[in-house]
Amino acid sequence: MTLKLGVPSKGRLMEKTFDWFGERGVKLARTGSDREYSGAVDGIEGVELVLLSAGEIPRELAAGRIHLGVTGTDLVQEKLVLWEQKVAPLAELGFGFADLIIAVPQAWVDVDTLDDLDAAASGFRAAHGFRLRIATKYHRLVRAYLHRAGVADYQLVDSQGATEGTVKNLTAEAVADITSTGETLRANHLKILAEEPVLRSQATLFRSRTADMTDTERATLEQLEEMLGT
Amino acid sequence: MSLTQTKAKAAEVRAVFEQAGAQVVDCAVLQSAETLLDLYGEDIRTRAYVTPDPMRGEVMLRPDFTVPVVQMHMEQGAEPARYTYSGEVFRRQEEHPERASEYLQVGYEVFDRTDPEAADAEVFALFANYLAPYGTRAVTGDIGILTAAVAGLKASDRRRAALMRHIWRPRRFRALLDRFSGRLAVPVTRKALLELDDPMAGAVPMIGLRSHAEISSRVDALHADAAEGPLAEEQVLLIEALLKVSETCEYALEQLRDLAVDMPAISEAVERFARRCDALRARGVDVTTLEFEASYGRSSMEYYDGFVFGFLSARADWPAVATGGRYDALTRQLGKGSEIPAVGGVVRPGLLMQLEGVQ
Repeated sequence: MTLKLGVPSKGRLMEKTFDWFGERGVKLARTGSDREYSGAVDGIEGVELVLLSAGEIPRELAAGRIHLGVTGTDLVQEKLVLWEQKVAPLAELGFGFADLIIAVPQAWVDVDTLDDLDAAASGFRAAHGFRLRIATKYHRLVRAYLHRAGVADYQLVDSQGATEGTVKNLTAEAVADITSTGETLRANHLKILAEEPVLRSQATLFRSRTADMTDTERATLEQLEEMLGT
Repeated sequence: MSLTQTKAKAAEVRAVFEQAGAQVVDCAVLQSAETLLDLYGEDIRTRAYVTPDPMRGEVMLRPDFTVPVVQMHMEQGAEPARYTYSGEVFRRQEEHPERASEYLQVGYEVFDRTDPEAADAEVFALFANYLAPYGTRAVTGDIGILTAAVAGLKASDRRRAALMRHIWRPRRFRALLDRFSGRLAVPVTRKALLELDDPMAGAVPMIGLRSHAEISSRVDALHADAAEGPLAEEQVLLIEALLKVSETCEYALEQLRDLAVDMPAISEAVERFARRCDALRARGVDVTTLEFEASYGRSSMEYYDGFVFGFLSARADWPAVATGGRYDALTRQLGKGSEIPAVGGVVRPGLLMQLEGVQ
């Protein structure tokens, strides 16, 4: 039996993950045609590369269908309830940095803190008759963050893409989204609240806490961990 | 323990409530999510199941009966009214997956404006008598005393309203008190804003629904707040002293009357508490041993605005076996212009079965 390692199936995240493993003597590669999602592992016996969408890796880890997986902390914490019980972080890979932040229009000169956001939400609801809308795809993380801060009178509206445009399009008053440089936000006349971000995320290697392991697989994991220095 | 057994237990409790004069009612499992979201805010999504309906938008598996029973009463109920119901409620358990996500509740609700304190005592005594053999510990509280204290603060309407809005969020309430009293420094961003002559002068484009006028009006409010000066320390200390009251009803009443000397705004609410104690005594409840905690029910019982109570088992990891309280404001919010004093509570028959030792 083999140890299954889940890696994002395309883009920079895949390339950088391949580089990170390669620097540690574990050579990962895609095989076959460009469109075929299969891979090969060199430098260690008994490890199988599984190419998956980064968004599906948390679920596969939690279900124990893969033993190891590379994905963002943001996706793990958003998608897995009680994530600490299902996966354990083995190594932060030092790329894919992104902060989950809350941003409001730059014109809101009166709003910089969560206190301000709460007060603005209260005023907004009184003026418009509905709760202030925050567009996001990170519902659980944002809700928990706003709950801890005691922000009321807001609602989350789902936005799976082009979230920065929702304010201008009048489908939301504020956004909660991942950003690395904040450039897209500024281009859309938004500013980040002067608070700790909801979450600081980076690409991380996780181990499933639920996947069954044979003795051989356990030995392979130990060998791999030694090579990776985790 | 089978569901059939628990249902039989629920029927037994409901029969007791019927005996006490309540009319049996029922309501739909699928409730409008919008109504509940508008009442409780986005947080309720972590505690209730929300699901899309092809026609009605979002619907919610009922997390309790109180809201639909109030709606039903406000639409067609005669006064006074006493209702009982039993049925499943559904709670998402994100933090505590070991807790039940579906369980039975049996409730008793009183809509009666003649004598609110007597109605409080009626509901509490009914629960206390029924639960007596189970060895639970009763705790009571009264959110109305805290709201009276906030309403009586020597502060601007704006500050009082901000505190009132967060009565049910103790940490936010605390932070606001600290900010208003100057214990917490003004954030640097706020200070910078207040120093600008015309903060809206920049070339920033206006986007979104929140208008220029709304932003300006909050900036004005922030200036007014800065000019108001700190909330007097003695007032903050009084609120803190009030929140710390945790005694048997008899001693709590004494302490609250002492506090009312310096905080006359709470006198009326404290006398309501005194009348409730009398009414409880008249119903055979021993108020010399009954616990009172002024902060009880602030974080978990969001629609209660007066008397609150809970019956707790000795198992610290269990939820309360029964809870209840007064929710006058809820009838006002759902009543579309009308309102009626209302008080009620629910029992969890499943927990009673476990206390009886049924496996």
